[in-house]
Amino acid sequence: MKLNKLLTPIAAAMLLTTSLAQAEIAYVSNEKDDSLSLIDLSTLEVIKTISVGQRPRGIIFSKDYSKLYICASDSDTVQVMDTTTHKIIATLPSGEDPEQFALHPDDVHLYIANEDDALVTVVNTQTHEVEAQIDVGVEPEGMAVSPDGAYAVNTSETTNMVHWIDTKTHELVDNTLVDQRPRHVEFNHDGTLLWASSEIGGTVSVIDVATRKIVKKLRFEVKGVHPDKIQPVGIKLTKDGKWAYVALGPSNHVAVVDAKTFEIDDYILVGRRAWHMTFNTDESLLLTTNGISGDVSVIDTKAHKAIKTIKVGRYPWGVVVKP
Amino acid sequence: MTLSSSWHCFKGILVREFLRFVQQRSRFLSALIRPLLWLIVFAAGFRAALGIAIIEPYETYITYEVYIAPGLCCMILLFNGMQSSLSMVYDREMGSMRVLLMSPLPRPYLLLCKMVATALISLTQVYAFLVIALLVEVEPPLIGYLTVLPALMLVAMMLSSLGLLLSTRIKQLENFAGVMNFVIFPMFFLSSALYPLWKMQEASEWLYWLCQVNPFTHAVELVRYALYSQLNTDALIITAGATLLFSAVAVTGFSPQKGNGRG
Repeated sequence: MKLNKLLTPIAAAMLLTTSLAQAEIAYVSNEKDDSLSLIDLSTLEVIKTISVGQRPRGIIFSKDYSKLYICASDSDTVQVMDTTTHKIIATLPSGEDPEQFALHPDDVHLYIANEDDALVTVVNTQTHEVEAQIDVGVEPEGMAVSPDGAYAVNTSETTNMVHWIDTKTHELVDNTLVDQRPRHVEFNHDGTLLWASSEIGGTVSVIDVATRKIVKKLRFEVKGVHPDKIQPVGIKLTKDGKWAYVALGPSNHVAVVDAKTFEIDDYILVGRRAWHMTFNTDESLLLTTNGISGDVSVIDTKAHKAIKTIKVGRYPWGVVVKP
Repeated sequence: MTLSSSWHCFKGILVREFLRFVQQRSRFLSALIRPLLWLIVFAAGFRAALGIAIIEPYETYITYEVYIAPGLCCMILLFNGMQSSLSMVYDREMGSMRVLLMSPLPRPYLLLCKMVATALISLTQVYAFLVIALLVEVEPPLIGYLTVLPALMLVAMMLSSLGLLLSTRIKQLENFAGVMNFVIFPMFFLSSALYPLWKMQEASEWLYWLCQVNPFTHAVELVRYALYSQLNTDALIITAGATLLFSAVAVTGFSPQKGNGRG
């Protein structure tokens, strides 16, 4: 009978009032449950669970949020879901074992990393055809497209490289060597810097896009956590260019980094194996998927504090927010 | 018993307790240092041990410091409650108890005044502790500092009535060490102050049940929920019930002269 909320904490109340008008929905892919969990961000509760293809990992919205692309890794396909009916309306040829992908700013081309085949597959989402397959390093994983659309960037976990692909010619134009097991890449909003996380290396490399050289390497240290457990994966950068958030995997923390000075400002405790993250529309909230504990932590980005953790399916992997 | 005479009496007892408190600066410090040692030293070692499950009333993962803070607030109240029982024995031995009891006001009222005075002084220590705890990021919502007040008051009353009850059983000052060993330590360790009860249950079912029947567990939970502006009804009923029971037994068994309740 432990209930009876008398007064809601001020933070939660403010959160409610600010986000009620928008009623944003977070979509979370549950890797082991073959499903998506939908979280209403005004109430911070799961409102729906939808079955999808096998082992859903990377998820991404089309520009107008009408479609959701889902990497169904074990179904070897990318599924396209209508976000109003929540029905799968198409499947795209993705190559084997798609894990992460990125949508080109033209809203048409999907760049998909095929982990088992050391390939990046370029799929046209309108014609549903494969336009190119580009050889990259062993075990490609992270994918990003630069804001101007000129580069598609892929990381290969075993080759430990960031591969730069010219999106016009579909040619590999350069490689940048980073620390062990690069997992995720993220461009800053003006497209001048690329942030790449190295899971085993325990670092995040900040790469200058013009020269494709590393300008800064970030290392992390969480009080009371063994250094082996500090494994950076997901990265998110705020639009104003002030902050970067790095999910530190099994250390169960998210690092808050000053994106201008590259100093680490804080560590926020979240669930077990913090993996990928996303902001809500006004970037007041940051959501993390916690794989092992099977939940999503919601961080107040102003206070740099986790305000709630919400149970979802087993092994949540990716998360995106629909306004 | 008129209102003014009873107020006068309460004020007298409160001022006396307060003076005694400020004159014993070491007491104030030790009351603060004890829980701070737990919070800063003990919790540092356990930092990574917890944070593996979310338990009510918390809405997300918490550090060990955040978990033990309510238990340490209650620890302050527990020690102060026992300390007041010690002072009762002292007063009895020194004869100042007789002076107090010469008052024409009913004895239960005098004892109640004594308990309330002890409780109020304990509260200042708890709030001082909570302010220092901010340094290790124990940051309950602001409103929590207000909603925890009645919970702390009730728990303080429960523990000082327990202290009073014990003082009727303690014959000599020297027996206070026994109170430490047989009351404070078991009460504190066999509770949810340092570890959540589900952890205890994983280790041993009978230890879990011992914790469950310990009123201090429910006192800690009452404070824990109240600090996050929530009411734990079970804990409230048990804590209030225990307070009434202890007070009733203490008042009926109280003797100004001897410690065995028959004097």
